Amino acid sequence: MFSIFGRRAADAPAGGPGASGQQSSGVAQVSITVNGKAATAAVDPRMLLVHYLREQLRLTGTHVGCDTSQCGACVVHLDGRAVKSCTVLAASCDGSKVATIEGLAQDGKLHPMQEAFRENHGLQCGFCTPGMIMAAVDLVNRTGGKLDEHAIREGLEGNLCRCTGYHNIVAAVKAGAAAMGGMRQAAE
Amino acid sequence: MSATGIGASVRRKEDQRFITGKGQYTDDINRPGQAYAVFVRSPHAHANLKGIDASAALKSPGCLAVYTGADIAKDKVGNLICGWMILSKDGSQMKMGPHPALAQGKVRYVGDHVAVVIAETLAEAKDAAEKVSVTYDVLPAAVDVATTQNTGQPQIHAEAPNNTVYQWHLGDKAAVDAAFAGAKHVTKIDLVNNRLIPNAIEPRAAIGDYDSGTESLTLHTTSQNPHVARLVLSAFIGIAPEHKLRVIAPDVGGGFGSKIFIYAEETVCLWAARKVGRPVKWTGDRTEAFLADAHGRDHVTSAELAIDASGKIVALRAKTKANLGGYLSTFASSVPTYLYAPLLSGQYDIPAIYCEVDGVYTNTAPVDAYRGAGRPEATFVVERLVEVAARQIGQDPAEFRRKNFIRSFPHATPVIMTYDAGDYEACLNKALELADKNGFATRKALSAKNGKLRGLGYSAYIEACGIAPSAAVGSLGAGVGLWESAEVRVNPTGSVEVLTGSHSHGQGHETTFAQLTSQRLGIPIEQITVVHGDTDKVQFGMGTYGSRSGAVGMSAIYYAIDKVIVKAKKVAGFVLEVPENTVDFKEGIFSSSATNKTLTFPEVALQAYIAHKFTGAQLEPGLKEGAFFDPTNFTFPSGVHICEVEIDPETGSTRIDRWTAVDDFGTLINPMIVEGQVHGGIAQGVGQALLEGAVYDKEGQLLTASYMDYCMPRAGDLPSFQVAMTSTPCPSNPLGIKGCGEAGAIAAPAAVVNALTDALGHEQIAMPATPLAVWRAAQKSPMKMAAE
Repeated sequence: MFSIFGRRAADAPAGGPGASGQQSSGVAQVSITVNGKAATAAVDPRMLLVHYLREQLRLTGTHVGCDTSQCGACVVHLDGRAVKSCTVLAASCDGSKVATIEGLAQDGKLHPMQEAFRENHGLQCGFCTPGMIMAAVDLVNRTGGKLDEHAIREGLEGNLCRCTGYHNIVAAVKAGAAAMGGMRQAAE
Repeated sequence: MSATGIGASVRRKEDQRFITGKGQYTDDINRPGQAYAVFVRSPHAHANLKGIDASAALKSPGCLAVYTGADIAKDKVGNLICGWMILSKDGSQMKMGPHPALAQGKVRYVGDHVAVVIAETLAEAKDAAEKVSVTYDVLPAAVDVATTQNTGQPQIHAEAPNNTVYQWHLGDKAAVDAAFAGAKHVTKIDLVNNRLIPNAIEPRAAIGDYDSGTESLTLHTTSQNPHVARLVLSAFIGIAPEHKLRVIAPDVGGGFGSKIFIYAEETVCLWAARKVGRPVKWTGDRTEAFLADAHGRDHVTSAELAIDASGKIVALRAKTKANLGGYLSTFASSVPTYLYAPLLSGQYDIPAIYCEVDGVYTNTAPVDAYRGAGRPEATFVVERLVEVAARQIGQDPAEFRRKNFIRSFPHATPVIMTYDAGDYEACLNKALELADKNGFATRKALSAKNGKLRGLGYSAYIEACGIAPSAAVGSLGAGVGLWESAEVRVNPTGSVEVLTGSHSHGQGHETTFAQLTSQRLGIPIEQITVVHGDTDKVQFGMGTYGSRSGAVGMSAIYYAIDKVIVKAKKVAGFVLEVPENTVDFKEGIFSSSATNKTLTFPEVALQAYIAHKFTGAQLEPGLKEGAFFDPTNFTFPSGVHICEVEIDPETGSTRIDRWTAVDDFGTLINPMIVEGQVHGGIAQGVGQALLEGAVYDKEGQLLTASYMDYCMPRAGDLPSFQVAMTSTPCPSNPLGIKGCGEAGAIAAPAAVVNALTDALGHEQIAMPATPLAVWRAAQKSPMKMAAE
């Protein structure tokens, strides 16, 4: 049994008070590389990836906005594809690579999609933003960046924003896609 | 205009942390030794509590405590309050039943708080909560706002016979009756303003923390107004003395009104933290947000408009039943009264208005302010009436509006308000042009050729914002004043902290408030930090709602800066060795006609703190000033929104083809941010009109309690918006700001429904106009029949 579950907080070592573990029904040993850092941990088989990220790794940029996998605030990349981390068991990610919003900027330089969200005022309260950006990066990767407004709007179907009315998010994704295309071209 | 001053679309300072995942929301925070709270909620809309057996729960692994209403009562925890007294027509006070933080004897809606379970982990708290055995004596429920007052309906609170909280009215009934009697034409409509669930994407959360060493409590919470929360929790609920309670609202993920209120959960977390001697954390899940966040709207209204032979509106009357839910939430009573009926004059010169409102209890979640709060409901009444009336008397709806616009200011309406400034025709003309009204007939014909129905709808809204003059709201029953405070702290190196009682939960205050400060003090925007959301840092504040942070909050900053400049000039006088009254301050430079030496703002700041050039008898060292600002009037943002829809009568799908918004918000600090506020407001208004509706069944079960059942607007449901501005600066604050946060949500529903009914050729469509509702309506459409 992983130490945090079913014990008093005073007895709990790593994980700290933030760990809201589930009652143990065994333990799973997982090795997951998150934002380029490999780590091995023992997790409750029922633990969701989002809780592993938020509570064990303290990567709180990935948010939880609903309980039915509708809002998309928890979107991360799992082996290069966008997933809702509230619908993925941490135990199923053994051997996988996970990228979260905290790992998107490289060497202190914002990813073009992050830059585009700021430049186009694609966020207000910021709560949906990490999931929105991760979903947008995936959308561009999947489509090769060939996105008109309609395709962007359809492509963001899995992400809810209550603040922006999506207008500036769409503008941001369009600009971010163009910048990512420019980067790709430069790389080639 | 400087690149970062007033009027510049400065990119937001707060974005860096949000786009990199470094925001700090309440659920991101954990306290050492923290335990977790889970609420046992009523599965019944109306029931007597016969017994609560927590023995099995207490034996559950990790369970620390189970508390019920009896514990709350024993500790004399005060009831949750409603802070606005409404008087009925007969002069009697509103009839309010008690609102305990944990139910006592009875539950009154599905989701009502029956008990709280505290455990070591969240999962253990959930497991233990499952084991709390509650015996209910289930009662019939009164759910429907239209019938809850009827004889024979279940009585929800003994204090409120016939489930009636108040029967309120406003206006001159005799004058209105006389005007209707003499009218050439009367338009009558019946409207339902559908019930909405706010759904900020961050669920509410709270962490209560007790420090036995100092006997003080700290609450981290998702609040739009932490000082108001502290005041209510101290003065009314009695959780702790005000100076022993710190409330911190860190990054907050959207509010839209739903995070104004002081709820059961934060009250219980604070109280329980002291009882268990551990920090207690609760984070709502989405289902709880649907069940127990205060809902919005939910009116049933009959309204009439009287028109004379020349096409001039002579009177308006409305009778509204407003659902207040099972308990009165913090500001619930004011929303369908003083935030509603005083806006029934719209943008029109209407000599006589009379409105009656019955505020009623039902076995549903409490209803309170949601983006717009009363003003969307008023705009929906006025703009539907005006549109239908124009169609009935055969006038172009835009021209009918133009004919009836108020044209001179100040203008006193018959329902309290004195509009201070505006140019309604300027907005209309600009909107007609940008929407290409002239091309509409061609577009409609083209749609018809493709088997589609096209319609165009207007909404010329007005709102009263920047709430408000404290004396005015006090005279209307408000329990608090609605000024705002600010403090400007200049550091010795010339950087500045601006402390504000406003709270930002998406509005971008860290940028806009810094823009004002940068412009006025002539220092770079990077040298300014805006501090908000912590009662230990900011002395007091009334918070953010009612589009008040610009008009009221920034005005307080403006006056605090005035005081800083006065003091800084004195310092500069000593340093420059010139008389204080010769010192001039412009664009960050102090100069004097008596010398050719100058000083920069940071140089003066340093001199104020080292205090070498003046004695303590001459001048107090330091540079820090505060101000409280209480405006002399509400502000009156207004505008014209035009919605153009295309309906597919075969599927009932509605596509918004174009949206044109022309708004008059007075002075804009940051146009980019203002436009963003308009976009978001429109989306919520379109959501109300086409997608969103809270549905309770007859037993009071909420059928729309998840994102699978409650249709939130998604990117694909909306168009891009064309947003433009006109400006008549507000005369009642030094910056001329009117406020922009709610305009879109206020304007949009009427614009959409007016467009739908224009397309359909009849008025029979209710919100939300779902594809099924539109398809049904389209089958009766004379336009469709004509096409076939």
